Amino acid sequence: MEIKKGKAWKFGDDISTDHIAPGRLFHLRTNLPEFAKHVLEDAREDFASGMSQGDFVVAGKNFGLGSSREHAPQIIKLAGVNGVMAKSFARIFFRNAINIGLLVIECDTDKINEGDELEVSLKEGVVKNKTTGEDIAITPLPDVMIKILNDGGLAKHIEKHGDFQLV
Amino acid sequence: MGKTIVEKIIGEHSNKDVKAGDFVVANVDVTAVQDGTGPLTIQEIQKINLEQAANPERTILFIDHASPSPRKELSNAHRILRDFAKKTGAILSETGQGVCHQRLIEDYVNPGEILVGADSHTCTSGALGAFATGMGSTDVGIAIALGKVWLKVPETFKIVVNGNLAPGVGAKDLILHLVGLIRADGATYKSLEFCGETIKHMSMADRFTLSNMAVEAGAKAGLIESDHITKEYLISRGRGDKFREITADPDAIYERVITIDASQVKPTVSKPHAVDNTATVDQLKDIKIDQVFIGTCTNGRIEDLRIAAQILENQQVHSDVRLIVVPASKDIYLQAIKEGLIRIFVEAGASVLAPGCGPCVGVHAGILGDDEVCLATQNRNFQGRMGNPKGQIYLSSPATAAYSAITGHISDPREIMSSPSSQGVYPFESYLS
Repeated sequence: MEIKKGKAWKFGDDISTDHIAPGRLFHLRTNLPEFAKHVLEDAREDFASGMSQGDFVVAGKNFGLGSSREHAPQIIKLAGVNGVMAKSFARIFFRNAINIGLLVIECDTDKINEGDELEVSLKEGVVKNKTTGEDIAITPLPDVMIKILNDGGLAKHIEKHGDFQLV
Repeated sequence: MGKTIVEKIIGEHSNKDVKAGDFVVANVDVTAVQDGTGPLTIQEIQKINLEQAANPERTILFIDHASPSPRKELSNAHRILRDFAKKTGAILSETGQGVCHQRLIEDYVNPGEILVGADSHTCTSGALGAFATGMGSTDVGIAIALGKVWLKVPETFKIVVNGNLAPGVGAKDLILHLVGLIRADGATYKSLEFCGETIKHMSMADRFTLSNMAVEAGAKAGLIESDHITKEYLISRGRGDKFREITADPDAIYERVITIDASQVKPTVSKPHAVDNTATVDQLKDIKIDQVFIGTCTNGRIEDLRIAAQILENQQVHSDVRLIVVPASKDIYLQAIKEGLIRIFVEAGASVLAPGCGPCVGVHAGILGDDEVCLATQNRNFQGRMGNPKGQIYLSSPATAAYSAITGHISDPREIMSSPSSQGVYPFESYLS
């Protein structure tokens, strides 16, 4: 997997799927490119319009709690975000992100500040903070999830193998 | 070595002897999507030419979140579900039939089964002794198409509840208390098993309220052993033959045991904007409310409506408050009509809406204005949940919600429920039955 580079946008703890993909925009669930223009706007109004392709969402604990809406990771990915880093993730969001091929990284995000230049090396298992010079360890993913990611998501995994080839 | 409920059920469905931490591919009995997640589910399986249902008579598509549809984009999303049902033979639960989780417990899920649903509150069915969990559109799409899902067998937290809940205190107060205690991520990836004397005597309605909110502590499932109360419920729904006794082994391994004395639980409220931001009602003073919402998969059952109606009978909703009542399903609505509850709500000044999710998801029918305060019996109060990030949402039991609708501010239902002789007051045994 290639090395990913981008700038950090910091968010707090407990960013819910209502922050990421709010219910008031429910009607955009069948128009994801339009929905992506509003991604995370209830948590940070400046994010969707200010972010550049390849930037990272960097949050505290329990990112993505709440609803099972897969539109949440979908619109983060569609907006051009390189990946989401958080101290921890809510279960359904984490699984959804892997299933659709959005990079999600559990690591100590206190070591990342707003605007820091980041580089992710999955091979080495670290986030390199180019601004501070620090390497931050990534919590390894379970094998099952690595297999899904390597196939490009769950649907592609099934398309390729015709069934689950995970365990 | 003994097994937890979840280890037993997942083991049975993967033909393996499993323990917490194992990864398996398991057979799925029931799959479900709703109108918010279903269209994406169908698109994902269409993309890989798998538009099929492995088990159509146990694949249910619910139109409940935006129903009746408030706008054309959502009406078109509903058409995707109707078309899929026609093509595959899957069951469609139309507008007006009710919230998916209520419909699933009423007619579809049985003890010992696995349900995966594209809605986070799918855990509600865990109260039947089933492994029921919420997932995203793609996971559920594959489960619909192939009848299988991959699972990590979760570790279990045993939640032991003993003692009697006081008059005016219900299962909702108990679960809000628990979420406040272990926090919104306290049980992430774990399964909760609710047990103890309080649970043993609790009605199915109250058990569903507990299981429904397991996800608010991050949990994957909220399970309760099936027993004679489960059996009576299944008989009442015409599924007595589906009863199976599902229990945990006495020597099962639990990651954590949490003990709660129910007699010490007070009416509890979640404050904006987090479910774990809890306080007891007596700690909150003079919080004026603009809207009260009684309903949802958490507290829209007939037992909840009875409590609300007994408080609202011969009373008027405060002049500064709008009250919205939404029965969770068609059968509940019909029963409430039969018992005269709907008349009580309407006479008190409430708007009674068609069975479904109502204002809980912020799509229609009760969206908050800027800075408005809502007290709701739903399970979630995240910023923007009810359609406006500037709205303030508090969560409570039906008793607290109904009483507060009369007073106009968040109020302690024990004020009217500790004195059984006062007018319009209900003794609330049903909470303990």
